[in-house]
Amino acid sequence: MYDGAKIIPGLIIFVVLSTFAIWYGAGDAKQVPKPEKPVGYTNCVKPTDFMRQSHMTLLNQWRDEVIREGKREQVEAGGKMYEKSLQNGCMHCHTSKEKFCDVCHSYASVTPYCWDCHMSAKKIKGLEEAI
Amino acid sequence: MKVLYPFIAVLALVAVALVGSQISGLQYLLGVALPYLAFAIFLGGFVYRVLQWAKTPVPFRIPTTCGQEKSLSWIKRDPLDCPNNKLEVVGRMFLEVFLFRSLFRNTKAEIGEGPQLSYGSSKYLWLFGILFHYSFLVIVLRHLRLFTEPIPLFVKVIEFGDGILQLGAPTIYQTDLVLLGAVAFLLGRRLIMPQLRYLSLPADYFPLLLIFSIGLSGILMRWVFRVDIVAVKQLTDGIASFSPVLPDGIGPMFFVHVVLVCTLLIYFPFSKLMHMGGVFLSPTRNMSNNNRAVRHINPWNDPNIKPHSYAAYEDEFREFMVEAGLPVEKELPPAEKKEE
Repeated sequence: MYDGAKIIPGLIIFVVLSTFAIWYGAGDAKQVPKPEKPVGYTNCVKPTDFMRQSHMTLLNQWRDEVIREGKREQVEAGGKMYEKSLQNGCMHCHTSKEKFCDVCHSYASVTPYCWDCHMSAKKIKGLEEAI
Repeated sequence: MKVLYPFIAVLALVAVALVGSQISGLQYLLGVALPYLAFAIFLGGFVYRVLQWAKTPVPFRIPTTCGQEKSLSWIKRDPLDCPNNKLEVVGRMFLEVFLFRSLFRNTKAEIGEGPQLSYGSSKYLWLFGILFHYSFLVIVLRHLRLFTEPIPLFVKVIEFGDGILQLGAPTIYQTDLVLLGAVAFLLGRRLIMPQLRYLSLPADYFPLLLIFSIGLSGILMRWVFRVDIVAVKQLTDGIASFSPVLPDGIGPMFFVHVVLVCTLLIYFPFSKLMHMGGVFLSPTRNMSNNNRAVRHINPWNDPNIKPHSYAAYEDEFREFMVEAGLPVEKELPPAEKKEE
């Protein structure tokens, strides 16, 4: 072994950094997110699998249709009509951003920019109280 | 031909992953067992390779020098291109590792009309090389969001910076596009330039094709064949905490991505990709060029063999040399003394 005094510490640093995901937060209880389901509704505008995987593409599409093309007609699903809207559509049933949206988003470290413009019910209430 | 086999190999891996993702027994093998195996081979192989290098003596100072060595005080010297001490070597290595300085020096030779040979600067290799490497680093660090819970702040900061364009939902990451573009360039360079095509081997094409398909499968997984990210994180975070669970309903594209990444990890220690560790251990970069100032002794020299100067050699063999008519520096002593 030549230059072991430099190579061994280098290798140790490499191994420690490579295994970061293993030792960081080790021992913490792993919790699977459980978003709160709306009461009184059994199905969403699309099947659950689709919503889990691709709700953001649907929201993006609705955003384009409503804001850019002015197509505000309602969406029919399971015999009910829904508004193509985040706050008046989705959040009509999924009432709480904190108990629904944020649960998975913070788990997967997703920060959608919906909330740059939209406000959660809790925040609106807080603002109203402040005024 | 040399690009065909690596291409078929990558396609075969994709096919294996697609088939495996449909069979529940293979799902566990590909999604849980393979990542553990791949990571173990990667780490173990990497350390093994570096230790093998460490056991190899480098008795001679063999830095590649591209500038004036330290000499007389009034001769301007180049400390980075011909380092004379450790500090200068550290400077040289820093620029090499972080900024790929030696690629920046890349030149191209062209034969013009005449025929006239001309050399010019060629920065494309450096530019796309550095874009590729830093994009890859950002992407790897960003993936930590799937392996850690709670997610460390630096990962969130990197994600924010990478998705700062806020295009589309899910957000476009700049590094995804830069990585694919840069790999495409590095691959195209080997395919299009005749000199490079002549030099390139399957071992050059395979990693490029593999990394390109990893990037592509990741992008497809994010925007086209979407997967349930919460289920994915359950799996990946479970793997990182040694309590793996395989949730239902992860799309096939995820398995393609995982199989390709695991192949890269397994392939890593056996391949040219070891330049990740090798760049630190390359004697042509990490040695100071101080041969003229310091005497370096070969570590395996037999200590019983003493240095034998030419003067001593001539003293020993002068008589025979004169007899044979060879020139000597010191003549034989006068004849009568010789008889004594």
